[in-house]
Amino acid sequence: MPLRADIKKVLVIGSGPIVIGQAAEFDYAGTQACRALKEEGLEVVLVNSNPATIMTDKAMADKIYIEPLNLDVVKRIIEMEQPDSVLSTLGGQTGLTLSMQLAKEGFLEAHNVKLLGANPETIDKAEDRQIFKDTMLRIGEPCIPSKVVETVEDALAYAEEIQYPVIVRPAFTLGGSGGGIAYNPEELHEIAENGLRLSPITQVLIEKNISGWKEIEFEVIRDSNSNIITVCSMENFDPVGVHTGDSIVVAPAVTLSDKEYQMLRSAALNIVQALEVEGGCNCQFALHPDSFEYAVIEVNPRVSRSSALASKATGYPIAKVATKIAIGYTLDEIVNAVTGNTYACFEPAIDYIVVKFPRWPFDKFVYAKRTLGTQMKATGEVMAIGTSFEQAMMKAVRSIELKLDTFNLPKLQMLSDSDVVKLLSRCDDERSFVVYEALKRNVEIDQIHEITKIDKWFLAKMNNLVKMERKLVKKELTPELYLEAKKMGFLDKTIERLSGESVPEKRYASYKMVDTCAAEFKAETPYFYSTFDDENEAAEFLEEHQSDKKKIIVFGSGPIRIGQGIEFDYCSVHCVWALKEEGYEAIIINNNPETVSTDFDTSDRLYFDPLTPEDVASVIATEKPWGAIVQFGGQTAISLTKYLEQAGVRILGTSAKSIDEAEDRESFDELLQKCQIPRPEGKTVFQLDEALKAAKVLGYPVLLRPSYVLGGQNMIIAHSDADVEEYMNIILATGIENPVLIDKYMMGIEVEVDAICDGTDYLIPGIMEHIERAGIHSGDSISVYPAQRLTEENKQTIIEYTGRLAKALQVIGLVNIQYVIHNGEVYVIEVNPRSSRTVPYISKVTNVSMVDLATKIMLGATLKGMGYETGVHPVGDYVAVKVPVFSFEKLHSVDTMLGPEMKSTGEVLGIAKTFDEALYKGLIAAGYKIKHEGGVLMSVRDKDKEEIFPIAQKLEKMGFKLYGTKGTAAYFNNYGLHVEPVNKISEPGADNVLDLLESGKVDYVISTSSKGRQPMREGVRIRRKAVERSIACLTAIDTAKVLVDCIGMNESIQDVDLVDITQI
Amino acid sequence: MSEQKAYLLLANGQVFEGKSFGVTGTTIGEVVFATGMTGYQETLTDPSYYGQIAVQTFPLNGNYGTNSSDYESPKCWLKGYIVREWCEVPSNFRCEGTIDAFLKANGVIGLYGIDTRQLTRVIRESGVMNGMITTEDVFAKKEELLMQIQAYEIKDAVKTVSTKEKQIYTVEEPKHHVVMMDFGYKRHILQHLKNRNCNVTVVPYNTTAEEILALRPDGVMLTNGPGNPAENTEVIQTLQQLIAQKIPMFGICLGHQLTALANGGETVKLKYGHRGGNQPVKELKTGRVYVTSQNHGYAVVGDSIDPNIGTMSHWNVNDKTCEGVEYKNAPVFTVQFHPEACGGPRDTSYLFDRFMDLMDKEGK
Repeated sequence: MPLRADIKKVLVIGSGPIVIGQAAEFDYAGTQACRALKEEGLEVVLVNSNPATIMTDKAMADKIYIEPLNLDVVKRIIEMEQPDSVLSTLGGQTGLTLSMQLAKEGFLEAHNVKLLGANPETIDKAEDRQIFKDTMLRIGEPCIPSKVVETVEDALAYAEEIQYPVIVRPAFTLGGSGGGIAYNPEELHEIAENGLRLSPITQVLIEKNISGWKEIEFEVIRDSNSNIITVCSMENFDPVGVHTGDSIVVAPAVTLSDKEYQMLRSAALNIVQALEVEGGCNCQFALHPDSFEYAVIEVNPRVSRSSALASKATGYPIAKVATKIAIGYTLDEIVNAVTGNTYACFEPAIDYIVVKFPRWPFDKFVYAKRTLGTQMKATGEVMAIGTSFEQAMMKAVRSIELKLDTFNLPKLQMLSDSDVVKLLSRCDDERSFVVYEALKRNVEIDQIHEITKIDKWFLAKMNNLVKMERKLVKKELTPELYLEAKKMGFLDKTIERLSGESVPEKRYASYKMVDTCAAEFKAETPYFYSTFDDENEAAEFLEEHQSDKKKIIVFGSGPIRIGQGIEFDYCSVHCVWALKEEGYEAIIINNNPETVSTDFDTSDRLYFDPLTPEDVASVIATEKPWGAIVQFGGQTAISLTKYLEQAGVRILGTSAKSIDEAEDRESFDELLQKCQIPRPEGKTVFQLDEALKAAKVLGYPVLLRPSYVLGGQNMIIAHSDADVEEYMNIILATGIENPVLIDKYMMGIEVEVDAICDGTDYLIPGIMEHIERAGIHSGDSISVYPAQRLTEENKQTIIEYTGRLAKALQVIGLVNIQYVIHNGEVYVIEVNPRSSRTVPYISKVTNVSMVDLATKIMLGATLKGMGYETGVHPVGDYVAVKVPVFSFEKLHSVDTMLGPEMKSTGEVLGIAKTFDEALYKGLIAAGYKIKHEGGVLMSVRDKDKEEIFPIAQKLEKMGFKLYGTKGTAAYFNNYGLHVEPVNKISEPGADNVLDLLESGKVDYVISTSSKGRQPMREGVRIRRKAVERSIACLTAIDTAKVLVDCIGMNESIQDVDLVDITQI
Repeated sequence: MSEQKAYLLLANGQVFEGKSFGVTGTTIGEVVFATGMTGYQETLTDPSYYGQIAVQTFPLNGNYGTNSSDYESPKCWLKGYIVREWCEVPSNFRCEGTIDAFLKANGVIGLYGIDTRQLTRVIRESGVMNGMITTEDVFAKKEELLMQIQAYEIKDAVKTVSTKEKQIYTVEEPKHHVVMMDFGYKRHILQHLKNRNCNVTVVPYNTTAEEILALRPDGVMLTNGPGNPAENTEVIQTLQQLIAQKIPMFGICLGHQLTALANGGETVKLKYGHRGGNQPVKELKTGRVYVTSQNHGYAVVGDSIDPNIGTMSHWNVNDKTCEGVEYKNAPVFTVQFHPEACGGPRDTSYLFDRFMDLMDKEGK
């Protein structure tokens, strides 16, 4: 069937802020969806609260609402815009759940809106545990013995019946939030209770533990004519028990014979037919390793992280095809965009192997519980394509940016053999490294398999890497051995380090095409990966598609991690678009399968490969680019600068020298002196004793951080020698190449500026001010544009300084500068000569396409030439408030106290005519519940008490019941405020502060503590309990203040203006 | 792993240097590529590959080893086997050995360690061509070898692979008796019939119509098989006689091609054929598209059959070649693809049910 005639205007619901379990993959899916709809001439209305996305770009839809993703807002948008359809399956769980609520309430029907992509029955069949089980039973697909329960007692009773260990899966939660494996009644009690609370329908599934079985996934697509195909199979390196988002995954499945493969494939088709999905669907199976027994684990009737991976792994654009199906097309009508002459109704055949490797945040959250289970913890992932598993694994390990180029983890080398074997049974993020270490210690594959249940196929392949490493160490480095090592994915650098010899005759990689069909048909898609074969298809492609256009490489930003998120993909993609518009050929190198930048039709050519200098060198050897751009790919791309300069590659924009000048402490200090711009006093140290001495000289509190950081990685404010010691010990344990910086901590308003410079003039689209005072990482602060509290003089100084710095650093392109206003004076804290986290949002609200302008400037344009005056851009009619979003419920034992180290995973934006309304929208969008009654628990350090007092007073006036830990309560009571004292955890007696939190009487927690972040500390435990109980916990006075103001405003979501940002 | 060098010399003179597995020596065959990502064992034992050298496009082969229950016939009919990498340490609960051991046991010459994608692209661009795998030096006498290679032809294919003796398979509660004309059948065709309560008599390809009718079958199954269909003139005549008797027949692959020829249709050699488990086929009556398993180098010319005799029932979504014919002159239908799967998807196994229905209806 072709396009349905009754579809003219479609509402697309996005997935909201990036959180663990729902990340950039939905921007990728949503962007593909919007483009697919627009391609058909349909009018697209978009709602998404996440401003860092490409899908919320003006080019993507006709009407764009960056508004809170809740039912009331979406209803109002439907009433205003009167779309005839809603597309529900491209916005992750958030979009799906909202659509279902709208449908079930009858709202869609009442407004003549069709639900595209899924119907409520399908979703219930897939997502409601009991209906799902019944459906599977009806069609004869086996499920794992399990039972849906609604109370802890029922959970315990059923667990006795099927025996421990059991798995707890809460219904309708993201990324498996609140789930886990329980080995005994005590554990089950805890996990089930938590899961029941997190489930919006208070249901959890208690399930027989089948950990150790193989975990296999299929991505299926079905259309309205019941045509059905599988796009890709995937096999998890880690057997059942580890969330697939936390597993190393290979595509296609490798240890299944055709019989097993077809059995599961048929089962997947059977399920998707029964569910009557129209679009994409993910089916997860557990397969007994020693029989044909299998069980359906889970079905996701929408595009997902796995479908993004499957799309990138095969070249098959699942989100686009799913969208076309949703608006009426059938698979045999949709052309396969990769070959251009076959159709979407076929199954990709691939002639390589793909490895997906998760990126976890444990390098930042050093106290987080690292064990992996049913709850996802990874923030992002990389994908690697190779002609062998070994090659793909080696590419993956150097792409995750943990400074590794093999599976040798330095800290494991110190352990005894028996300790290594012991570690094998611990299932955490380091397991693949432990496996490698065990293989190096000659632990038998059988024994490793026995302990880990990882299939021997994977272990034998890992062992091949071990063998190669040994060969390189022991044998002479002949050209044959060198080539063999290259084919296994070793870098020259690694080969030389292991063998102690220089490589015989350097080989650059050649490239193969990802074509969906294993070369069966000629493909035109410029999507390549590196190998060490003779034939270079990329070079052939260039030969066949000769053009006079200059070629420019844009480096992507690698895996999504805290501090380097989707905003950098936004920037890379915009840069590519600008280059194309200016008549250049744009080439992307990136390794992140969740992104728009790695879509094969974003750039002129896509190289899906690691971003190390050596990997990049091969692309350069093939492409011979005219220039390269490093400004937009975050620190990942910036790190390539030195290499590119040495290699003689033209770096467009700010020079390597300037980049270094901003990052190197000493030259930066000199530059500031030259510009006569003050900054907080600071020192550079390598050792603990130096650090302590420096801290004493500067005077506490001091700020500690390693140089060359991103997202405030490993940054703290130290208030005492003990803090400095704790910090230095952690830093020194991981080994440091660059010094640690110690600065005087200055309290004050933090201000952030992004500017575009052409060498002569500079443009500041807007000055942003942070709600939280300096000391909290800018990424974790609520950021307001335009700044509300600055004096005119401050503003002028900031504009003046920005111009001076930009000129002195000879910035060509973007620069991000952070200031603090301390006692009325402006100080510079940080200068980043590159794009920043705030670029997407500030571009959207000021209408200054920053990346676009910056790119054009790098190509030679001037601001004046493009019609911009130097200085600050006129302030518009709207106030925008960016609010960070965290994923603390996924990360056990992480202290939620905000500080100089970034902790948020995503952000939302509130836009309105007034600050109050924008703030209200931002907080609502970030998930804060604005309640007007209830309880507030306060536990704050002494120095904060005075400032908290007026906040507490306000709360009391509004009718909140106040609780406080003893010290806090006593202080307030002294000043005549009634605060009920509560016992600390350490104090004897029942009803301590944790019991209070459990009781449900508390709606907000205000908690600040002066001491470190160890999980056992009182403050940390209170905050963790708040996270577990889903109670809003405010750890900064300033955040608490604005939230309380917001509660006092009596705003309602029914009253706020909804803003179509295309009209700004 | 063996380090002995081995070469592939293509009829166009191109040489690929790799390493030897399976047995050593020299072999000549028609080089074809197969795109399945699983099912190498089925490929290795599918008689339709007789006379050919198969190249696997998926780079990692032998991952789950070999096991005796997944053979499609008792032996390997390939002239040679080419992979990028074969797995020394296979892993699967049914694994009995490596593919290297399998090739050795079957006396088949293998080549690994070459860029199979490069080779596939050569075949795609130039069409299937003959080639030689050898562990001897190819450079010294290259011209002479090329002449040998170019002269190679697959001959007497069906004759060679077909059973010499009648085979009888019975089930406990038979509903039908099917005579299966063996042109090189895959075991799972037999299995599908048995699973549907058919007694099956497998007969050699050159069994006459009278002999077949004398077995009093409810239906005749025409199997897959190797080679150029037009070569089988004797069989084509037999089929004409069976069609005249209006006996229910179901043809797969070569069986489909031979039925077309028996009805006055034509066949044509495809440039590089369809071999894999991902071919989309549209059932024209319903518009439904099925993903099918295929292994063929020849195809029926769609409009070569008189519309009064038969109509095209299926086509290939990619290249619109004929994938099935529904006959009007007799209760006969045939498909180019493999509904018995193995390896490949099982999405069209319902066609065996249709064959049962046909026998029910005609048998009454």
